[in-house]
Parts: sequence; C-alpha cells; structure tokens
Amino acid sequence: MYQFSGKLKMLAIVLMALGLLGTVISFMNTPSTLEEAKEILAAQEASHHGGHGSSHGSDAHHVGADHKTEDKHVTEHKEASKDDHSNEKVSDQVEHVVGDHGDETVADHAKHDDGKTLINETKEEHAKHVGDSTHAKETVTDHAKHVVGSHGDETVKEHSEHANEDAANHAEDTRLTDSLNGHVTDKAHTNPTHGSEDHGGADAHHGDHHAEHAFHQMQNKPWSAVYVSLIFFLGISLLVFAFYAAQRVAHAGWSVVLFRVMEAITANIHYVSVVMLIFIILTAMHANHLFPWMAEGTFDPLSDNYDPIVDGKKWWMNLPGWVIRSVFYLAAWNVFRFIIRKKSIQQDNGDLKLHKNLYNISVGFVVVFMITESMMSWDWIMGIDPHWFSTLFGWYVLATLLVSALTVICLVTLYLRSRGHLPLVNDSHIHDLAKFMFGFSVFWTYLWFAQFMLIWYADMPEETVYFALRFKEYIVPFIGMLALNFIFPILLLINSDFKTVPWVIVIAGAFILVGHYVDLYVMIMPGTVGAQWGIGIGEISAFLFFLGLFIFATFNAFSKANPVPKGNPFLHESETHHYYIIEHRGEDNAHH
Amino acid sequence: MSTNKVIHAIYNDDDILMDAVKKVRGAHHHIEEVYTPFPVHGLDKALGLAPTRLAITAFLYGITGTSVAAWLTWYTMIADWPQDIGGKPSFSWIENMPAFVPILFELTVFFAAHLMVITFYMRSRIWPFKEAENPDPRTTDDHFLMEIPVHDNEDELTSLLESTGAVEIKVVDKH
Repeated sequence: MYQFSGKLKMLAIVLMALGLLGTVISFMNTPSTLEEAKEILAAQEASHHGGHGSSHGSDAHHVGADHKTEDKHVTEHKEASKDDHSNEKVSDQVEHVVGDHGDETVADHAKHDDGKTLINETKEEHAKHVGDSTHAKETVTDHAKHVVGSHGDETVKEHSEHANEDAANHAEDTRLTDSLNGHVTDKAHTNPTHGSEDHGGADAHHGDHHAEHAFHQMQNKPWSAVYVSLIFFLGISLLVFAFYAAQRVAHAGWSVVLFRVMEAITANIHYVSVVMLIFIILTAMHANHLFPWMAEGTFDPLSDNYDPIVDGKKWWMNLPGWVIRSVFYLAAWNVFRFIIRKKSIQQDNGDLKLHKNLYNISVGFVVVFMITESMMSWDWIMGIDPHWFSTLFGWYVLATLLVSALTVICLVTLYLRSRGHLPLVNDSHIHDLAKFMFGFSVFWTYLWFAQFMLIWYADMPEETVYFALRFKEYIVPFIGMLALNFIFPILLLINSDFKTVPWVIVIAGAFILVGHYVDLYVMIMPGTVGAQWGIGIGEISAFLFFLGLFIFATFNAFSKANPVPKGNPFLHESETHHYYIIEHRGEDNAHH
Repeated sequence: MSTNKVIHAIYNDDDILMDAVKKVRGAHHHIEEVYTPFPVHGLDKALGLAPTRLAITAFLYGITGTSVAAWLTWYTMIADWPQDIGGKPSFSWIENMPAFVPILFELTVFFAAHLMVITFYMRSRIWPFKEAENPDPRTTDDHFLMEIPVHDNEDELTSLLESTGAVEIKVVDKH
C-alpha cells in the first residue's frame, strides 16, 4: 500500500491555501465602482499608448467596446491625420467597424448587462439616422461605408462599390470587413441608444460607456480566472475517467497496471464537482456575468437588453434548463465514478462476474459521457459566446481535455514509479502513454485547424467574429498555443526512444499542459473579459488552488487501495507487456 | 576446403529458433542469415542487428515534402500570379496559409511514405523480376532456416546445432 507522504500532503495544502489567498486578493482588487475602473483604464492607456489623448485611445484596441463608432470615427480620423499612429489606427478602426456592427458583438454587449444590447432597428430609426446630416458630412470613407452597412436602404450597388474601395485601402482586413458589411446590411442591427442625440456627442460621454463596459469586464476577471482552472481540472479528471472506462470496454491488456493510478486521479472529480456546483449556484444567482444570456431582460422584447438572437435559442439557453443540465452532468459523472471505483476495489478478490459487471457499467458510462461531454461544452463554454456556434466544438473540447488527461496520467505514473510505488510498470507502459500524448496532440491540432480553417475559409461573419476577436486581442496566446500543443510535443515525442525517457516526457508534458490551459483560457476569456485579459495573480492562484486539490485528491485516493489491481484477469498480460523495439533503460520490471 | 560452404539448420518453431539463435551467438559463431515465413518478434535483437534508420529517412523525406508544398503554393499562388480568388488574401503566403495546409499535409505524407518505401526497396534489393534468394521453399511456409558459414569447424557446428533442436541440418555449397 502506498503511503500518502506528509511532505506531499503539506505541498497540496500549501498550494490550496496560496491559491485561496490569491483568489481572494484578486476578487478584492477588482474595481467595485466605475470610478476605480476609469482610473485603471487611464493607467492602461498611459502605458499602452504613450498618453496620446483621451479615452478613445483604448477603444481602438477594444473590439466591440461600444456603439459610439460614429463619434469615434470622426475623432479618430481627425487625430489620424496628425498622429504617428495613423496606419495602426486605420486598421484598428476597420476592425472596429466589424466588431461594433456585426450582430455577433451582441454577445459582448449583452453579457455586461449594461443596457447596450442591440435590437433590430426600425424603419423610423433608420430614417432618423440617415437624416442626421452632421453625422454624415463628417465621415470619411470608412465611416461612409459603415453608414452603408447599418442603413440597409442604400442600394446594393453602392455598397459593393464602397466595399471594393475598401479592399484597395485595407488589404489585410478586407475579407472580414466586406462580409461583415454585407451582413450588417442584411440585419441592420444597431444600438437603440445610438440615436441622433449621440452623434455629435462629446468624447466624455463616449468614454463613460467604454469605461462602464470595461468595468464589467474587470468585474468578470477573477471569476473567469477561477472558471478556466475549474473547467481545466474538472475536464482532465473526467477525461482520465473516460479513458479508463474506454480501457475497460476495449479489454485493453497493457494498461491494467495503470488502473489504480487512473482511478486515483478520477477521485478529483468528486472534489472539483463540489466547487463546480457552488459555481453553478452562484452563477444562477447572478453573482457573476460570465454568461451574457443570463443577463436581465435578454428574453424580454420590451427591455433595452432584449436579444432576439438569443431569444431564438431560448428553448436551450434558459436558466432552469442550464442549471438542471449542469447538475445532471455532475451527478452522472460522480455516480459512475463512485460505483466503478467501488467495484474495482472489490474486484481484488478476483471475481470474474464483477469484471463483466464493470465492463457493462463502463460501456454505459462511455455512452453517457459522450453525450454529456458534448452538451457540457455547449452549456459551459460555448454559452459564453451565445451568438456563435460550431458543430465540432464538443469534439474540440474533448480533444483538449483528453490529451491533457493522458499527459496527467503519464506524469503521475512517472512520479509514482520513480518513488518505487509502481513496481509492475515498465518502460513499455510509459512508451504507450507517451504515444497517446503524441497522437492526441495531433488529434487536437486536427480539430483546432478543422474548426478554424472552415470558418476562416467560408468567412461567414456570424462565425468569423469569434476568431476575429481572438486574432485581435489574443494573438499571442492564440497562436502561441499551437507551438505548445503541436510543434513541441511532435518534435519531442516523435522519436520512439524518447518516449521512454522521463525528462523528455516531463518537458513535453509541461508544454502540453500549459498549452491546453491556454487553449481553455482563449476559449473562455475573450467572451468574459475581452481586452482586459492578463495572466495575473487571479489566474495563477486559481490554478494553484486546483493543482493543490488535484494532488490531495489523487494521492489520497491512491493510498486507499492496493496499487496493483490484483483481481483483474488481464493483470498478467499487462505485467509482461513489452514493446520490443524500444531501448529499455533499466527502469523496468523484470518480466519480459 | 572451400570457404563458401554453409550449414543450413532448419527449425519448425519460432521459439526454438530464438533459443537456437541465442545459443549459437553465445558460442560466438557468426550467423549469416535467418529465413522465416513470418516476422519473429525480437529476432533482430537476438541476432544483434543494428536498428533500422528507415524512420529517420521518412522524417527527412516528410520535411522535403513540406518544403516542396510550401514552395509550390508560394510560387503559384503568391509570387507568380496572385489573383483575387473569391476574396482570399493572396498578398503574402502566411496570410493565405490556412488554405494551403491541406496540400502541405498531403505532400508531406506523400513524400514521406513513397520515398521511404522506395528506400526500403532499394536497401532490401527488391524489384520486379528479381530472382528469389530462397534456399529452401519450406521457409516461406512453416519452417525456419538458420545459415551459418563453415570454417573448418563442420563437426563442431553440426553437434551444436543438433543440441538446439534443429529438425534438419545440411551442409551445402553456396554458389
């Protein structure tokens, strides 16, 4: 029997304590009033823009910040002529048009509960808009194009002329802009408060709206930080369980000596589920604004916050349904985990009936898992961008979590083996795990690219805006994770002999885990905190807390059962598992 | 005494063959060749054969394929005639890169696979109409044959091979 060492337990507790402390600090550091938020924005601006003027400076790098594009374009164009930043600003601005007027950005607006939700503009409002002559006169090309875009009464011909002109001017952004213009022409969404009284509006007024928007994003930040790590660790534990169940279903011979390691990791499901349950309750009580569709008035046609697109998805996206489903997923996973673990320990008596029984339950779990995992990814992750949808999203989340789960199995196995607690695990088992890490890294990349490339290629605005935001605000983590999740693991693990060298696997594993944390981060953060993102005390603390919880849960569970599942009929096959091609380096059992 | 005399020891079980190989190598005799009807796992290790470098060549061929595809897409789509095709950005290669990935991938696999197979044929000296080099047709069906060159030690070798469970031992002149 493995003894949970005092040192490790201490480490787990220290990590959890540090994590909690940091999380509390990050919640306290969150601005609680609009004034504080404005101060922070002013400080950000000073550092980002070399203090070039008023609040619209930070708007320029803030997609979907606000609907005051008219004011902003006017002012920006004035400044652009006398400013060194002119090139950068023009391209920013084009994307701004995209961000502000694509209906996808409703996501950004609705989520902040600040009364900025777009609605279908009525004909009368159109008329008023067009009739606003000062506004029309002051605009330049881009702005004119925007007018074309939002006022569907211009002719299609004119619109395409503008679009062509634009193509010449703004090479890089044309694809997006063109198609979004077309889209906006169709939908003609705009802000209700976007009436003529705002058009000559002062910068200060505009700045208020931006600050308010940023304020809500800042308030989301500590919540999102916890949420990313929460989903990361819950997902990993769940996928370890799914992999374990799949091994039972497949009657896998090689992995039996690893069963207790996998079971131990799945103990974490119980612990993280409790945190998730608390999170679900708090979210349902509107303690945070991570899910924009939960905002007040989203489904109320009379409300400023009314969102017809989300309203059309009401049959799925409604709070009672969300809570019931979320609790159901957690309950199902926990019940399956509890039963399978219990029976697996009972199986140490060698009862073959129990083995068959475990097989049947595992088949049931694999089916339930595939359905709940897909739905979980829609409810918990895709729901953050309620205007966006992707059919392979569930698979994509699965791939992210699966490759992380295999890496975690491998790292925990390596640790326990290096301490001599897994005498039956040989280099061939490690080799197989590393092969899985390699293979599923490629699988993840395949799905990432399949999702990205199809959307990039077709460039339909309601889908593209998802990646447009990530390219604009999250370019470093978004592209950087491709190196972490694909290139490094591929190069490190392609060599057969390297797949048994512990330090190579540990390095590759670190890349994979960091990379997939970043992946989840880029899935969640853009929809909740937008441009206000960062890896700070909140993010690191939340990660440390769940890491501590993971260590505690895993090694505690591992110490509760015999490390060798001695009643398993495939144990001997696993014990003698031998992949003959690789060099065995002595860290091996004596059975081959 | 001719120097191209060899002993053919024939076995009818791969486990016995493996043990025999270990024993013969343990007695420091050089094994010229082993003929088997199917791959015997671990036989190359037992014979002390150097590991294959075919995988390394495949990796290099794959990189070659990627490079060819990158050059091809760059030259044809960007450098030579950069047209606007459905609004795809043909201004630089990297901007239009997602559209090139399928061909990058396929050519990588194509080069890696085909060139590796051709390398395998060349290194193994296999080609159509090649004359078979099989010393005994039974080795393609259910027998295993170990070939050991004889250097004035025919009797010693014969008795050693008999002790390893060979079902048939014959001394032949190799032409």
